[in-house]
Amino acid sequence: MGPPPEIQSGCDLVIEFPLIEELNILRELRHAHISPLAVVPVTAPLLAPVDLFHTKDFGDYLMVRAANMKITVAKNSLKIVNISGGGCPDVPFLAQEMVGKTLAEAPRPRDLGHTLCGYALDLAYEELCRKC
Amino acid sequence: MLGIVGTVPDLQFPLTHGSVRLVDGCLQIKDRDLPVNRGTPALLAAAVKASEWLDSPQIHAFLVGDIGKGDGSRELYQFLTQHLSEFHFEVLTFHYLQPDVDWHNRVLFAIETMEPRPILIADAGFMYAAKMSGQAPCYDFFTPDVGELAFLADESAPHPFYTRGFILHEDNKVPDLIQRAYRYGNAAKYLLVKGQPDYIATEKQIAATVDHPCYDAMEAIGGTGDTLTGLLTVLCGAGFKPVEAAVLAAMTNRWTGHYADHNPATQIGDLIDKIPQALTAVLAQSFPNRSPPKS
Repeated sequence: MGPPPEIQSGCDLVIEFPLIEELNILRELRHAHISPLAVVPVTAPLLAPVDLFHTKDFGDYLMVRAANMKITVAKNSLKIVNISGGGCPDVPFLAQEMVGKTLAEAPRPRDLGHTLCGYALDLAYEELCRKC
Repeated sequence: MLGIVGTVPDLQFPLTHGSVRLVDGCLQIKDRDLPVNRGTPALLAAAVKASEWLDSPQIHAFLVGDIGKGDGSRELYQFLTQHLSEFHFEVLTFHYLQPDVDWHNRVLFAIETMEPRPILIADAGFMYAAKMSGQAPCYDFFTPDVGELAFLADESAPHPFYTRGFILHEDNKVPDLIQRAYRYGNAAKYLLVKGQPDYIATEKQIAATVDHPCYDAMEAIGGTGDTLTGLLTVLCGAGFKPVEAAVLAAMTNRWTGHYADHNPATQIGDLIDKIPQALTAVLAQSFPNRSPPKS
């Protein structure tokens, strides 16, 4: 989920949990070496990640867009031919690692990415896998 | 001089700044070679190519390696806050950087110390931070694509990833999104929206649209937005007025696709190679009876 305005700092992701579980959750996160930037109570609804996909058929190629990220494959080989959009610095890195590989061979954006653009690319990648 | 700030997808690339050249399709800065791919290297390559052709001011880049963890971006932000006042740029363009509101604001303070104040262009991650900071009107240009425009139009979204569905929906028309972005103070003085057509807008009006030549497939090619921002940077620095520079940049970018005989699998380097050809055609068409302004 997305953070409330008072704690937004940039490329942020929020994990929502019941306050009563705070100690357990923090312990689990510490064990996983994921330290939260802040733990805050919220009352208003949080922002949800994008769940709307746009698909464009270019004949021999299929492109899926999730939020600001686009991924395109050749239909006959399922090879990723292009990745475009995005603004966080892992996008060019993910493109470098994924373009030229098939959907099956390519690393998952969620495994290599570090940002919300990487996360959006993973959603587009999943949607593309569903369609191919 | 024209300044361009961004990242490269190589953790080993140290913070480097200096003038940039394009040699045999490879960028050179200081003693380092940089392959041209999407992202800031694509923006830089397009800018250098256009700058050489127009004989316009030299490109000075500020680069650092970052693959999304943000360490490189923060190092670069810190450098900029300490040293920007030592530089004189006609145009300063910010690109792929980890969005960070606090650092963005410090960099903007540093820009205010620059004499003269450069034309400011923000794209990619830095544009996200600029919008989130509430300082969007301090910028001369934002260059979003349609997905990013929806993010600018959503006053509550801190990142395109959280753009609400009713705004992101395809039924929303670009002019309505532009209007909404301005209504909430989330747009720069000028918007160059990459799409079909490309829109050039101010708070008051849609100043121009560019829809020719029309190639849907360019949307799929990674880096076409980057090259457009690179072209805009150089054309602003070459003395064209903002709307004129944006129109010429959009037209030139489209014609590179035409000359490269592209398809959705074309790589951005093939389009960058065609920039001189495309600029020649566009300027001849736009200024049939006079020379374009030279810097």
